[in-house]
Amino acid sequence: MENSLDPALPLLEVRGISKSFGAVRALQEVDFTLRAGEIHALLGENGAGKSTLIKVVTGVFPRDAGTVRLGGEEVAPRSAKAALQAGIATVYQEVNLLPNLSVAQNLFLDRQPMRFAIVREGEMRRRAKALLADFGLDIDVAAPLGNYSVAVQHVTAIARAVDLSARVLILDEPTASLDRHEVEILFGIMRKLAGRGIGIVFVSHFLDQVYEISDRITVLRNGRLVGERETVSLPRLELIRMMLGRELAETTSARAATREHQAREVCASFESYGKAGYVAPFNLELRHGEVVGLAGLLGSGRTETARLVFGAERADRGQARVGGAPVRLQSPRDGVRHGFGYCPEERKTDGIVAELSVRENIVLALQAKRGLHRPLSRREQDEIARRYVKMLDIRPPDPERPVGLLSGGNQQKVLLARWLATSPRLLVLDEPTRGIDVGAHAEIIRLIRELCDNGLSLLVISSELDEIVTYSDRVVVLRDRAHIEELAGEAIDVGNILVAIAADGAAPAHGAHA
Amino acid sequence: MKGLPPVLITAIVLVAGFALCAMQFPNIASTRVVGNLLTDNAFLGIVAVGMTFVIISGGIDLSVGSVIGFTTVFVALAIERWSVPPLVAFVAILALSVAFGAAMGAIIHVFDLPPFIVTLAGMFLARGASFLLSTESVPIAAPVYSTVSDFALRMPGGGRLTAIAIIMIAIVIGGAMLLHLTRFGANVYALGGSRTTASLMGVAVGKMTIKIYMLSSLLAGIAGIVFSFYTSAGYSLSAVGVELDSIAAVVIGGTLLTGGQGSVIGTFLGVLIQGLIQTYINFDGTLSSWWTKIATGVLLFAFIALQQGLVALARRPVRKSAGATT
Repeated sequence: MENSLDPALPLLEVRGISKSFGAVRALQEVDFTLRAGEIHALLGENGAGKSTLIKVVTGVFPRDAGTVRLGGEEVAPRSAKAALQAGIATVYQEVNLLPNLSVAQNLFLDRQPMRFAIVREGEMRRRAKALLADFGLDIDVAAPLGNYSVAVQHVTAIARAVDLSARVLILDEPTASLDRHEVEILFGIMRKLAGRGIGIVFVSHFLDQVYEISDRITVLRNGRLVGERETVSLPRLELIRMMLGRELAETTSARAATREHQAREVCASFESYGKAGYVAPFNLELRHGEVVGLAGLLGSGRTETARLVFGAERADRGQARVGGAPVRLQSPRDGVRHGFGYCPEERKTDGIVAELSVRENIVLALQAKRGLHRPLSRREQDEIARRYVKMLDIRPPDPERPVGLLSGGNQQKVLLARWLATSPRLLVLDEPTRGIDVGAHAEIIRLIRELCDNGLSLLVISSELDEIVTYSDRVVVLRDRAHIEELAGEAIDVGNILVAIAADGAAPAHGAHA
Repeated sequence: MKGLPPVLITAIVLVAGFALCAMQFPNIASTRVVGNLLTDNAFLGIVAVGMTFVIISGGIDLSVGSVIGFTTVFVALAIERWSVPPLVAFVAILALSVAFGAAMGAIIHVFDLPPFIVTLAGMFLARGASFLLSTESVPIAAPVYSTVSDFALRMPGGGRLTAIAIIMIAIVIGGAMLLHLTRFGANVYALGGSRTTASLMGVAVGKMTIKIYMLSSLLAGIAGIVFSFYTSAGYSLSAVGVELDSIAAVVIGGTLLTGGQGSVIGTFLGVLIQGLIQTYINFDGTLSSWWTKIATGVLLFAFIALQQGLVALARRPVRKSAGATT
């Protein structure tokens, strides 16, 4: 590898990158610097712009503005293949190799050793074996790649990338599906490669791993650069603050006037409810007229909790009760039958049916609840649609418009309307304000409060701590797929949530000030 | 590899089937019958080799039967009506076939259309064009035809290995080498695994797609010429449904219909199994020849069910520990 570069010179220099998708500004003036031989963690919550940045740098998306320099020379790859040729290789969480081909073929596809027109199979296997041995892997390279574990596939992908003379290696969530032992092997390989002068970008939401392996951390939030720090001098609490974007000092009590805490009727309760390898058992009580917020970092188990509560995922332990009576929540149908509703995070893929009209989307859940043999008449449908369009102020107020043509905020309202039409007792909202403009934000929050005042029980997931603090009566804090703390009343503020998230863990010894 | 590879299962079915048939009609176990079986299925064997490449790459080619039909008519007319020397006629029709395949491949790639639809259109186009040339059967009396038809290698036991059977076997061997030993072959599997991934890994997906359909159409053209030798005539209705027979042979041979896995040898065995069933029915004499189709259908179903089972097994990766030294 030719890395006779001046170590002071950055290997990869990204300056002022901007990228918009339609009206959404995914990246704004982002800078990123990678030095040769360092492992650099790229962090941020969902929607912070990590993936977009990677895809812009590797030419998957064209960029709107900015420059990328590799070893001092400006590069502008137009495709992942061109980026690879320039020396920037990416290994994604879903391994981009071919499971039906042998390990050796995967390593040497399109560049097999040849004699005349014939692939030298023996030579190719020998080279593959030698290459993988360098990565501490001793496997039968003639077997199909799909026979091996994800860890082996990851290492194979990295080996291929490095062998293609990569100078920059981008690893996007490489550890998400690996066990502890496999992670260690991967880290060993990463250190070895860094030692050879390769610059490694490590994207992960496992903060422990970030502290273990990385030299430097760059944090993005909402498509903007928050900062670049040395890992050793960045306390964990500070890092989480950077990611979630809150300063302890400004823990404004934007909290709405505390409502009287009268003993409310319990709507649904969960005792030692959980699923192995999914979410650790938790206790959760949801009362009528109350909002419970779920706070935590990406991957902490918030969405998982919501799916268990709704029945989208089957719990393998614990007991759920609705109105005091024990129930079994085996499927979303069960959830709906007990009067639960769930607005998932991925509106576009899991929620709305973009081609159908606002009216059709709104009556969807109600019709499903009634069953096929009791169809809603067109007049009833019109009536329901009109009521909710008015009540939630859906714009434009045209029930026959395809939902795909509405703005994000209005799509969210249509989803809400769909569940409200079934007159639920419990509504689970996963990131209800994600991807919605600021005006609509406030409106959704106002709606949440109103619904709650009408006796509905709400379980709300949000990465926006300010929001959670504003509308929640109680906040459950999650970390590493477990419920670790429940805050109520006066204790609910952004600072306490941050402290709970950052607490304990394996914070660096020198990061004690906070 | 755990379990039996699908090709081995096909081989076992063939051997077992042959043994059963031979028990009932001992005459079946003779080089004479085997020679005839190879001759009768020569055109199917050739076209099925092309189909194997297409299906492994994740596509399908429904046009091959029509291309065979068109080829027989074109060759017959060229030689008999237009007095073109047979060799020139062959070169011309093969060039035409290759161009036809290239066009289909290009349309599939450029417009990102399902191969099913594009080759279905190709099927109607080629069949229609052959009717345009002639609606009647055109006998071919050129001397080459009698020379080739009479040529045969004597096998021990009195069997005849005819010229067209030899061509078929040569193409099977050549096809197997192309698929299993060359970079082109590896890319065919890569395409069948995932087009996006293959392209990310540097395979020129567009060029490959075009080449694969060119190969399939070329082999269909050769199969058409072989078919015209077999029948000594050109007829626009010949080889109707052969695309389906060849797909059946490919699948019975252990190739995944979804692409990514399979072999030319398996396809050859699949062709032989279909030929064996046909031979058995001829020997029996009382059965309707449509029983061939029924038996093929049952076998096809059994093999698809089997493959689904194998695929389901393969989906659960064996967690072999990575022999770590670091």
